[in-house]
Amino acid sequence: MSTETFYEVMRRQGISRRSFLKFCSLTAASLGLAPTMAPQIAHAMETKPRTPVIWLHGLECTCCSESFIRSAHPLAKDVVLSMLSLDYDDTLMAAAGHQAEAIIDEIKKKYKGNYILAVEGNPPLNEDGMFCIHGGRPFVEVLKETAADAKAIISWGACASWGCVQAAKPNPTRATPVHKVITDKPIIKVPGCPPIAEVMTAVVTYMLTFDRIPELDRQGRPKMFYGQRIHDKCYRRPHFDAGQFVEEWDDEAARKGYCLYKMGCKGPTTYNACSTVRWNGGVSFPIQSGHGCIGCSEEGFWDKGGFYNRVTDIKQFGVESNADKVGGTIAGIAGAAVVAHAAVSALTKARGGKEDQNKGGK
Amino acid sequence: MSVTTQDDESAITAAGNSVYVYEAPVRAWHWINALSIVTLAITGWFIASPLPSVSGEASENFLMGYIRFTHFVAGYVFAIGLLVRLYWAFVGNHHARQLFLLPVTDGNWWAGLLQEIRWYAFLEKYPKKYVGHNPLGHLFMYFAITLSGTFLIVTGFALYGEGAQEGHWSHWLFTSWVIPLFGQSQTVHTWHHLVAWGVVCFVIIHVYTAIREDIMSRQTMISAMIDGKRTFRE
Repeated sequence: MSTETFYEVMRRQGISRRSFLKFCSLTAASLGLAPTMAPQIAHAMETKPRTPVIWLHGLECTCCSESFIRSAHPLAKDVVLSMLSLDYDDTLMAAAGHQAEAIIDEIKKKYKGNYILAVEGNPPLNEDGMFCIHGGRPFVEVLKETAADAKAIISWGACASWGCVQAAKPNPTRATPVHKVITDKPIIKVPGCPPIAEVMTAVVTYMLTFDRIPELDRQGRPKMFYGQRIHDKCYRRPHFDAGQFVEEWDDEAARKGYCLYKMGCKGPTTYNACSTVRWNGGVSFPIQSGHGCIGCSEEGFWDKGGFYNRVTDIKQFGVESNADKVGGTIAGIAGAAVVAHAAVSALTKARGGKEDQNKGGK
Repeated sequence: MSVTTQDDESAITAAGNSVYVYEAPVRAWHWINALSIVTLAITGWFIASPLPSVSGEASENFLMGYIRFTHFVAGYVFAIGLLVRLYWAFVGNHHARQLFLLPVTDGNWWAGLLQEIRWYAFLEKYPKKYVGHNPLGHLFMYFAITLSGTFLIVTGFALYGEGAQEGHWSHWLFTSWVIPLFGQSQTVHTWHHLVAWGVVCFVIIHVYTAIREDIMSRQTMISAMIDGKRTFRE
């Protein structure tokens, strides 16, 4: 099989040139690029051979895949699956068993150092990785082997990026994010539980069309989607600044659509594109449907106590504790200690004064 | 840089009954700092636990905005104040350096520290005389203002830079590395709160000990921060 370009594949799939160009413009827009970049994307897709993508599944729930296949622009159904050249994805592919596993070996040989490895989920390291078996072997082994010849790695979702719920304390399987296992390859983290479909397809499209990884922040996330907080672009932000908050679920303020800050919304501390790109083809996102953000794209969000607390719980001081309760208690103790100390001091001074008087001064 | 650490009776006798300790910029800094800390603590509390909702159109109100704005202004005052104070440590008298240096290699200082702890535990009948901070006060000041203050400035501007976003100096200088260091913004908030409570405790104890020492020790405390002169009794 000679390597086709994306454009050839798309035409073969019955996609018109008009639809193809529309896709290029939409992709440019969703990547935050100037309209002048659309022809560049089109040109790249017309001339570049497809880069194969191997999509591995570790310890995960498949919500990343579920999200991915619902991408509205570009549409996953016809376009993306062929465009991506998703040569291996055990959940989505027709082949199974040895037939499927053979594809990994083939891609590794044929495209050595030139394929992209997308990882959904993470490898558990405890008991030599026996908590997640892939084709009869520990997933961590498959991951390491496949990563060895990859050009770059995409960490899908909170699992691959940070660990997520399977890494929650006490993390019995020692589920470990990909970047802590694979340290010698460029890793693009696309966190979220799951990540936004359009963000996923856009990241892949960017990498395939421009042949480089998008600009990342210090935590390895593409800046174009994770450069701002939910809070910065939230449509309820004016209520925050005004001081108008939902105090209880279903109160008048909730009906009016006030800010969910007091209900523990993690929008102010969460970097993601939900408040701009939104979900399900731009229909809505959690805050719009009346529930605060739970911060699912942030590291350790699963271990930060209740989703409905403004000030994070800290377990070291008891289950129902947070920084303000601990601090307030300590300040209270300090105040009480000061009062007690002052009383003893006054007593000592009074007694000392009497003694001094008896002695005729000190 | 030399720091007066031990009970320097000789210096006191040489200088007479009264020594000029706190120069005008140090005193000005102290009171500006006090005001900024109180403002930061109160506004900080209302940022984490906002007041009951205001009624009316969102466009007519800016309560949370003003509270946050006040916190940020007070934060700038606190940060710039500490920088100016650091500058004064270089150009001011030797007492001005105490805040930034702990003489941990000085045996006398440790002995003085122990003595001072005993004084507060009512085990010593008379306190020693100190021109600058006594060793316990010195240690306390160093941790509560210099270290905690720096921590709060760094984490505070890191959080501020999140809203100011990339391109703002605070994002470049602090946010870009502080947030990844702690893992995520929420954790930075938690630590910012905890250390801020430490400073609140410091204020409580500082005000108490200043008044107590003014009454019970052998030197002036409160007036020293007004006219700069440490006057010794008996």
